[in-house]
Amino acid sequence: MGAGGTEVSKTTYREAMREAMREALRSDDRVFLMGEDVGRYGGCFGVSLGLLEEFGPERVRDTPLSESAFVGAGIGAALAGMRPIVEIMTVNFSLLALDQILNNAATLLHMSGGQLPVPLVIRMTTGAGRQLAAQHSHSLEGWYAHIPGIRVIAPATIEDARHMLAPALADPDPVVIFEHGSLYNASGELAPPAAPVDLDHAAIRRPGTDISLIAYGGSLPKALVAADELAAEGISAEVIDLRTLRPLDTEVVTASVARTHRAVVIDEAWRTGSLAAEVSARIAEESLYELDAPVERVCSEEVPIPYARQLEETALPQIADVVAAAHRAVD
Amino acid sequence: MSVARSTSARKSSTAPKSAKKTATSKEKGRTRPPAGQSSAEHRGDLLEAMLRIRRFEERCVELYSAAKIRGFVHLYIGEEAVAVGINEALTPEDAVVSTYREHGHALARGVTAEAVMAEMYGKATGCSGGRGGSMHLFDASRRFYGGSAIVAGGLPLAAGLALADRMREQPRVTCCFFGDGAFAEGEFHETANLAALWNLPLLLVCENNLYAMGTALAREHAQTDLAMRAASYGMPAWAVDGMDVEAVEQAASRATEGIRAGTGPHFLELRTYRFRAHSMYDPDRYRNKAEIEQWKARDPVSRLTDRMRENGELGARELARIEHQITDEIDRAVESAEQAPEEPVENLLRHVTSARRRVVS
Ligand SMILES: Cc1ncc(C[n+]2csc(CCOP(=O)(O)OP(=O)(O)O)c2C)c(N)n1
Repeated sequence: MGAGGTEVSKTTYREAMREAMREALRSDDRVFLMGEDVGRYGGCFGVSLGLLEEFGPERVRDTPLSESAFVGAGIGAALAGMRPIVEIMTVNFSLLALDQILNNAATLLHMSGGQLPVPLVIRMTTGAGRQLAAQHSHSLEGWYAHIPGIRVIAPATIEDARHMLAPALADPDPVVIFEHGSLYNASGELAPPAAPVDLDHAAIRRPGTDISLIAYGGSLPKALVAADELAAEGISAEVIDLRTLRPLDTEVVTASVARTHRAVVIDEAWRTGSLAAEVSARIAEESLYELDAPVERVCSEEVPIPYARQLEETALPQIADVVAAAHRAVD
Repeated sequence: MSVARSTSARKSSTAPKSAKKTATSKEKGRTRPPAGQSSAEHRGDLLEAMLRIRRFEERCVELYSAAKIRGFVHLYIGEEAVAVGINEALTPEDAVVSTYREHGHALARGVTAEAVMAEMYGKATGCSGGRGGSMHLFDASRRFYGGSAIVAGGLPLAAGLALADRMREQPRVTCCFFGDGAFAEGEFHETANLAALWNLPLLLVCENNLYAMGTALAREHAQTDLAMRAASYGMPAWAVDGMDVEAVEQAASRATEGIRAGTGPHFLELRTYRFRAHSMYDPDRYRNKAEIEQWKARDPVSRLTDRMRENGELGARELARIEHQITDEIDRAVESAEQAPEEPVENLLRHVTSARRRVVS
């Protein structure tokens, strides 16, 4: 699984993320990983498995259950010249550290008149789909994307899982990385990067001419399958991967809507006040006269994500919902 | 690590005594200058540092009334011995993390009265470029990390600064100031646990001024002996008379020596009192006059002045000279803040993200 190699290799999203961290730990001794069970357990989702053996307990640091303390400690260490990668098991638990993220990491640079940049990376899983019920299933990326002073990214592909960490660590400001829990087992070919990965731009994952499907993170695979189904019916869907949720790259979205004149935004968060709401508003602001149909949104039902399989499935955006939304826009 | 016991009765003993009483066997072996050995000159410096904070804040009251300074302003008057005494034990390489009641910490740390005053005015020349105001003073060059208006929010961050030093084997101390109110927050306990667990070079300085806004200590804590509770995390912890700058200095030196020797975090509970209300907005209805007067009788500034007078270390003329010099310094700070340029509104969006952010494409 070489980073700089030239060969195409088969890997998973989980391994790609691990390889990105291994590369970071190897190439910069200021980098260390810290979080609950990142060491001996190998990471709650197995992402950091083996890193403890390779880098030792100083640099792959198991923390107590203290989200606020170890996220805040990451901020302090970053201020003192380290490059910490802090892992929070899931976005649900990040709420215990929200004060540190919002009131310290995101504000210190500004409040200090530019004196105190915080070069910190925080990784956490997000999303539903594995019957873990409400307290392990929410998608709060949009809340974080609301906050000026941090960058929010959501790698949705194996390539991005492998290559977004390095630029995130090179960013002098705090970067929050959301990894959708359903992506870890995704496997595929990982080709050496054609160019350095870019944290500023959305990506067109599949070109199309009739409608823009705008997704990110765990919703991207759904959008891609929906695009396949639409293609079979003769509808050419362009699939946009937002990748960076803050700052939002509206240029790629605007350009796409200018070509297709229709848009469906897919977001696993609740519709009310969601990132999908923001993207829709931006389209209304910037591309209203390009639209041939109202912007469609496919979001989660406004309910705490339930446990029972059929309830959870119904609550979450599904491929059929995306296809149906596309039909409403096209027909 | 052996655990020091704090004295439990608030009234019981003075700080140096209680500190000696609670020393671990390891620490007892270390030689320390006996109390009272510091020179008259040094005491003069302590007095000057406390007076600078006192007079600076008295001027802030006037400027606040004149609407030159706005926002929340939390005065430190009465607590000066803590900032000054603690700072004596720190070097310029050490880090300080502070609260919203941080004028004293900033000035003791060497942030200039000019830079602090300009910040209170919200001017471009302020130590936070006008973005912070009274509650958010920062000076990276002095490793002064603010300035936080979230009670206890600075504690985890301080642990991180200490962690970085520990990982890179830098012989530095991070000092974190916080109040008795902060002690009730989870952040304090999470940080104490983490710092003790990881043996971090962290000095936890709890300024116990008996109130969290209007809530008295016994109404916010089931167990009011804070040093004892801190000690339960496995760190040396002492209660100190926070109205006696020399006692504070001595306890702080002892703690920082221990930290520099690698014995991990130390906790100091400074028993002190704020003579004024919680903030400029507070009508101070929750304390009675008698209590305030009782504490004013222990004013750290007059206490040191009296001690020096009795020792024949300070004459009226010398005191007048110090006072005059400080008045001058503050006059100049105010004058300079008045004249200083405003931060242009065109710069509003500066420092949200770093200008030097590398765009990777
Ligand atoms: C998390 C949080 N809760 C509440 C407040 C409002 N508040 C500001 S100061 C204060 C009291 C804090 O008391 P203490 O920690 O003892 O410090 P002191 O003001 O006595 O120096 C409160 C409740 C706040 N700023 N942050």
